[in-house]
Amino acid sequence: MADGALAVDLLSRQFSDAVVETGSFREQHWAVVDPQRWLELAGFLRNDPRTAYDVLVDVTAVHWPHRTPPMEVVAHLYSHGRNDRIRLKARIPDRGPIASLTPLWDSANWNERETFDMFGIEFSGHPDLRRILMADDYTDFPLRKELPLYRG
Amino acid sequence: MPAKYETSVERPDTLTINMGPSHPATHGVLRVILELDGETVVKCDPVCGYLHRGMEKIAENRTYLQFIPYTDRMDYLSPLSANVGFALAVEELLGITVPPRCQAIRVMCCELARIGSHLVWLGTSALDLGAGTMFFHTFKDREWHYDLVEDLTGARLTTSFTRVGGILHDAAPDWLKRLREFVDAMPRRIDEYESLLTRNPIWLKRTQGVGRLTAQEALSYGVTGPVLRASGIAYDVRKASPYSGYENYAFEIPTGTEGDVYDRYLVRIEEMRQSVRILDQALKTIPGGPVDVDDPKIFLPPKKKVLTSMEELIHQFMIVTEGFECPPGEIYVATEVPKGELGFYIVSEGGKAPYRCRIRSSAFNNLASLATQVQGELVADVVACIGSIDPVMGEVDR
Repeated sequence: MADGALAVDLLSRQFSDAVVETGSFREQHWAVVDPQRWLELAGFLRNDPRTAYDVLVDVTAVHWPHRTPPMEVVAHLYSHGRNDRIRLKARIPDRGPIASLTPLWDSANWNERETFDMFGIEFSGHPDLRRILMADDYTDFPLRKELPLYRG
Repeated sequence: MPAKYETSVERPDTLTINMGPSHPATHGVLRVILELDGETVVKCDPVCGYLHRGMEKIAENRTYLQFIPYTDRMDYLSPLSANVGFALAVEELLGITVPPRCQAIRVMCCELARIGSHLVWLGTSALDLGAGTMFFHTFKDREWHYDLVEDLTGARLTTSFTRVGGILHDAAPDWLKRLREFVDAMPRRIDEYESLLTRNPIWLKRTQGVGRLTAQEALSYGVTGPVLRASGIAYDVRKASPYSGYENYAFEIPTGTEGDVYDRYLVRIEEMRQSVRILDQALKTIPGGPVDVDDPKIFLPPKKKVLTSMEELIHQFMIVTEGFECPPGEIYVATEVPKGELGFYIVSEGGKAPYRCRIRSSAFNNLASLATQVQGELVADVVACIGSIDPVMGEVDR
């Protein structure tokens, strides 16, 4: 199973100016793309019949405080027709903003809300960006690396 | 969480009411804010997070082995399937495969967990709609399932049965015999449940055409599991990308056509039959041999050797006190748990703990579709819809 190999290849040929980096580990392939074109490339992967990723499985982020830019937004896509997955990433300045994927998939709504809740990333164009797991009056973003597990 | 009971400007005639978070029909601590026009739902806003324990943050601060007990507490109705899911993810990261006997026992665990979880769903969601008898039947059999789980793992809920590269211990021959009795009895029990509901006119009235989700909507919401299959899409991780030897078992993926509450009921009932079928095959074909990988750097050596050999003693000491090293890399591994696709996205920088461990929850994504399902339905149908999604708040909130 070589997940996403075809699509990553297609992306880097068709959008060579937007694909920053590609990589793979244990046969799972990913592409790091220009955050300015996040929505456009996700839309391409969804609508092009060669890729046909009709499901947004997950949106999350990884915080790398010692890197510039420090935030990595990660989306997992799945294609029912092709039974294939791909990981799409974008590196953004601390709190974003980055375009919301809600125009393409409804599942972006809650998953981006959670990513905002946990990392403080602004998703522009999100219809309802508020906390989802933490309390409304909570002020921190728990999954950021500078926040310790215990505050004694 | 401060309550929001604002009257909408466009619809000053509507009434906003609160349901939950502590309500018998919300299956845990789910709160739903409903905007009503008479009895009809105009807007629905599910509020979750009451059971949030920060598992993803905790995972970054624990070794891989130390995180396994936390996976029990995600979907607390089927802890075994989350145990297996996490172990598989870390094994994928390490690039190891467990022996065939271990795979077969893990499949048994997953299918037993699926039956147990569906029994709770059947009992409670029928109870929500007034069919109280169902609850007593399914909970009796669920106790039977719990006896088996307890005998195998030592606990009913906090099973923590898997290890990275194996399982806690081999299944005893006696346990397999008792599982056989359960497997042989279940088909008739499932027939019995069906005789109470499948053609029951009240049940049909309460569930048919209620909470409809089209295939398109279900895909857009990232819905997985029985809710997706009821909408007509035959997606099951066990078939799409088989793990733990699922490719060796013959089973079918039941699907619905309407995507309503009744179809979800039919799909789950059939899934229980298919799980019984898988268990039956697994019992017939369970191979012999070891259940753990032979890698002293990852898996604890046998106790007998620890007490007699210096090297094994050192390995045991290292694994227990420090944990094992994972290579740098990142993987996403999905498994089919009773509620849908449970995925672990683990980012490793090397070292003994994940740098980031994202838990892609099936129940979370399924629950997100509630607002669409109940749009234009009656208040009483909200209860039917929540029951049919079968959310477990432990997994929604993590």
